[in-house]
Amino acid sequence: MTTPEDHGTSSELERRPTHEPIDDPGLQSHEWRPTDVDAKLERRAELQISGMFGLATVLLVLFCVAYFTVDFDQTFLGWSAQNFALGASLGGAMLLMGAGIIQWAKKLMGDHEIVEPRHPVRSSDEDRADVMVDVNAGLNESGVGRRPMIRNSLIAAIGVLSLGPPIVMLGDLGPLPYGHTKTVWKRGMRIVNDVSGTPIKPSELEVGQLVNAEPAALFEEDEDGHRIIHGTEALQAKAKAAVILVRMRPEAITPASGRENWGVDGILCYSKICTHVGCPISLWEQQTHNVLCPCHQSTFDLADAGKVIFGPAARPLPQLPLGVDSEGYLIAMNDFTEIIAPSYPELARDQKKLDERS
Amino acid sequence: MGLVVAGGLYAAFAPKAATAQEASSRDIEAGRQLFLVGCSSCHGKNATGVTTRSGGNYGPSLIGVGAAAVDFQVGTGRMPMAQSGPQAPRKDPEYTAEETRQLAAYVASLAPGPSIPEAEYLDWRAANTEDVKEGGEFFRTNCTACHNSVGAGGALPDGRYAPTIKGVSAKHIYEAMLTGPQQMPRFSDAVITPEDKRNVIAYVKTIQEQPEYGGMAGGGYGPVVDGMYTFIVGIGALVGFAVWIGAHGARVKKQR
Amino acid sequence: MSDYTDIEKTAVGQKAGGPVGWLDDRLGLAAGAKKLLPVRKVFPEHWSFMLGEIALWSFVVLLLTGVFLTFWYDPSMSETVYNGSYEPLRGLEMSRAYATTLDISFDIRGGLLVRQIHHWSAAIFVAAMIVHMLRIFFTGAYRKPREVNWLVGLGLLTLGLVEGFAGYSLPDDLLSGTGLRFVDGLIRSIPLVGSYLEFFIFGGEFPGGIIIPRLYMAHILLIPALLLALIGLHMVLLVYQKHTQWPGPGRTENNVVGYPLLPQYAAKAGGFFLVVFGFTALMGATLQINPIWNYGPYNPSEVTAGSQPDWYMGFVEGAVRVMPAWEWDFLGYTWSMNVFIPGVLLMGVMFTALGAWPFVEQWITGDKREHHLLERPRNAPVRTALGVAGMTAYGVLWIGGGNDIIAVKFNLDIYRITQFVQWGTFLLPILAFLITKRICIGLQRADANRILHGYETGVIERTPDGGYSERHAPLSVPGQFVLTTHDRLPVLEAPQTVDANGVPAPHSRMEKLRARFRKFYYHGAVDKPTEHDVEHAAEHLAEHDGHPVALGEDFQGVSETGVPRSH
Repeated sequence: MTTPEDHGTSSELERRPTHEPIDDPGLQSHEWRPTDVDAKLERRAELQISGMFGLATVLLVLFCVAYFTVDFDQTFLGWSAQNFALGASLGGAMLLMGAGIIQWAKKLMGDHEIVEPRHPVRSSDEDRADVMVDVNAGLNESGVGRRPMIRNSLIAAIGVLSLGPPIVMLGDLGPLPYGHTKTVWKRGMRIVNDVSGTPIKPSELEVGQLVNAEPAALFEEDEDGHRIIHGTEALQAKAKAAVILVRMRPEAITPASGRENWGVDGILCYSKICTHVGCPISLWEQQTHNVLCPCHQSTFDLADAGKVIFGPAARPLPQLPLGVDSEGYLIAMNDFTEIIAPSYPELARDQKKLDERS
Repeated sequence: MGLVVAGGLYAAFAPKAATAQEASSRDIEAGRQLFLVGCSSCHGKNATGVTTRSGGNYGPSLIGVGAAAVDFQVGTGRMPMAQSGPQAPRKDPEYTAEETRQLAAYVASLAPGPSIPEAEYLDWRAANTEDVKEGGEFFRTNCTACHNSVGAGGALPDGRYAPTIKGVSAKHIYEAMLTGPQQMPRFSDAVITPEDKRNVIAYVKTIQEQPEYGGMAGGGYGPVVDGMYTFIVGIGALVGFAVWIGAHGARVKKQR
Repeated sequence: MSDYTDIEKTAVGQKAGGPVGWLDDRLGLAAGAKKLLPVRKVFPEHWSFMLGEIALWSFVVLLLTGVFLTFWYDPSMSETVYNGSYEPLRGLEMSRAYATTLDISFDIRGGLLVRQIHHWSAAIFVAAMIVHMLRIFFTGAYRKPREVNWLVGLGLLTLGLVEGFAGYSLPDDLLSGTGLRFVDGLIRSIPLVGSYLEFFIFGGEFPGGIIIPRLYMAHILLIPALLLALIGLHMVLLVYQKHTQWPGPGRTENNVVGYPLLPQYAAKAGGFFLVVFGFTALMGATLQINPIWNYGPYNPSEVTAGSQPDWYMGFVEGAVRVMPAWEWDFLGYTWSMNVFIPGVLLMGVMFTALGAWPFVEQWITGDKREHHLLERPRNAPVRTALGVAGMTAYGVLWIGGGNDIIAVKFNLDIYRITQFVQWGTFLLPILAFLITKRICIGLQRADANRILHGYETGVIERTPDGGYSERHAPLSVPGQFVLTTHDRLPVLEAPQTVDANGVPAPHSRMEKLRARFRKFYYHGAVDKPTEHDVEHAAEHLAEHDGHPVALGEDFQGVSETGVPRSH
């Protein structure tokens, strides 16, 4: 702090840099901790810290005991007793050990601040010069500068080595894209209730009903009673072929042109796979006729040809044309005429192909 | 003499049927009286509904909804609706069990509709491991999209919601599946059979009764709650420890 | 201290001397210790320097718990019938990946605990990296010479996000499988090559039979190796460049003030590792996370309400939910911008912006000096305000990602929340920028006031004619010093567009642009007082005599209840 006397002394002014208002007062004098000056407090800290380590040891022994004695069936506070016992003892022990070590450092280890000089991170000009001498000597001896043909041909080879084989060897990671325009649905295939596999008659559905359904092909079994389509194949089929059946009052429905006969008595069938990024949709609100996807809230109006009325989906929900077979069960009259599932770059082209085919 | 004996025997052994029929028509009449007082202002004097000019309604027609619907709506306190809103919330029932039964009887008498389920389909504890597993498959295929994996509930557009299934009786769960209250779709007995429904209830009750194995479950809402815990509990506590480690601690003026 | 025996002379030390000498003969341990990591190397101390440590120790916990899990987990997608202890799923067909995860949870002792510690640790790992990154940003620690370390850190964050996604997809449960379906849609939306990439990554149509084994390889081999390498580089740079430090008495750009590695720093860091591990274990014991048994195995026809990715992908999820339905057919291709922009482009933009910031700031300020003293956030108002604006945008998108949970818990309309997020992503950061900048400038003014007029003592004085005033006492010199170590504001000059002879300067357009940015960057900031201001103010403070109460040298103010403070 300045006092009026300082203003007169020119040497003071010269020494102080003109742009810094306050001088660095330097490292402050060391202040002792209570445990440094009071032997009783020091002893108490030692006991405290050793006690923490001791308690941790006990907890670790308890952990080992609990591992062999606490059953999977036991509960504690409505939780798994085994999970809690093992976790609380192990966690508590480590926490105590860590806290003990930190207390040791804070209360008992020396805490004098030390000052270390910092050198510029940049290499010194000498070092730079020395390295350059060596580098230049090496490059000169290699002759790479004087032999452009060797250099250029090697660069070309290395270039192709890094770009050629590594990329080409990934070629069998997967097949080229296929199957976007087809699902397992075929003309005449029954629509069955998912999980139970039972076929459905129109009379079994009431207005306001929702059925989560699959193509009958997924439930067909061979002579041994095993599913013909199973495992990965079944999941791949479901990812495109899962459907929902909804029944509304016929007067509430506005079919798209050309789709007037795609429903049966107000029963309509739509793809269950959202056209946004493919989550299955079945949040159907029977009175608003909207179906909501739980993932990103794309909303489709099933009474209006599956049009998108909210959310990030860009394409309407594809519809499956329905019919009734000779025994009265609901069937598909055709595979989907729109591409199922999330959009991809060739969608426009593939949709055109699909339109031409039908 | 024989006729007297026969008649007397008949009277002795058949009073229940006669009383039940009478109780039924008494119930229907009592139900109608209750209906006129508590329900007709929205649902109309003849339960045919009260429509608005714009095509909506104050209360829909109850013709054909069946005893099951009434038992569900009145039994869970949803009806009578205390105030208009996007959806009728569950609350304490206004009517006693007897009154509920009478209201149900009245509405059922208007037209055929779904009836209150038989006890055997509500006896979910009788379900075996295979049944519970299948019930789970039905549940995950038909129900979790709205109600979530543990039945904690979910959001619907415009302020509506799929309510939690926690603490709901087996009978009411069954009736909700059967009658499709408000926006919930119907799941008729022909497609999801009574056995299937019982198995679904068995699965839901089983996972709700089982311990939360890993500890506090945060309501079953998943990663969103986990993220909250990560920052509030995890980072909060660990930064707290860091502050403790770096803290200067008590100092004394005394010199050594 | 005085009764210390050198360790090589103690009984234990003499026995160990042989082996240690044997090693040094072959490895040059002492030479290495001297040059690379001196045992008494000084590290400055502050709690905010330990945030990166939380991430580091979480990574170690992840390695240890992860190895345990690999003893039982089978990444195969082939179907099996579950026959373990968890009854509600017994007899159900599922993949081996899901079945073995159930085994770990219900049939391996301690398995559920280790699964939960592993998952909590992963969540904390990413959270700690983000909190650490924010600290580095707001204190200017990324400035020269630490730009490379900043980039290494961003690389670690990116890898951490991918690693976490791969990890929680391994159990092949309904929730993470739904997430994989989402990623399938994301990949498809990549213009021109989307469907090819999809088929290559999944080995065929979604879901295929090979994605989980591939994610497993990435999760236990490829990404941990990259993480270890980058963490190593991060630490080596830290050791070589030395840690930054807060300004204070005795601390300059040319020194490091703190405590030595052995014993204090090693004890605190080692202890902190045990604290992190122990606390995470306690979380694993009491807080359930990812109860995959409730979700069921993945089935493309099933979904649960409230499907979200882990929290660190929440901002991407929110962006995807609120994006308008922009998809066009153009040049014979379908361009799904509704998915590509929020799903892929957003992360690219975010990480590019973060990576470019140190270089952009250096270009704007023209500051090419090395910086080892940290800057208080208030002394760089525009930088701090930009950081808060970025956090706000991230936070609003995060809310978007949980919109259905928020709607259900708080009885709100989910569509309204979506619309709020759509507008809020752009408007709220602007608001946050303006408010934060004002707050920083206010704090700078308060600092300047404290230097010039002293601090408020809490002692109220009454003048003879009845007026009340609060007595101010001068700050201690160390206190004043701390408030003035930051750089003085530069003089902003308009760039020279033509020289004396009328020759236009090269890059004059860039220079003009740069000048505009500089003006924006320094706009409003309050400069620190000059020497003259300080002297003048000191005279003024000293002038006030006739104080009824002498404060004394040690006086440091009083609290609200009138109790004298001592720091």
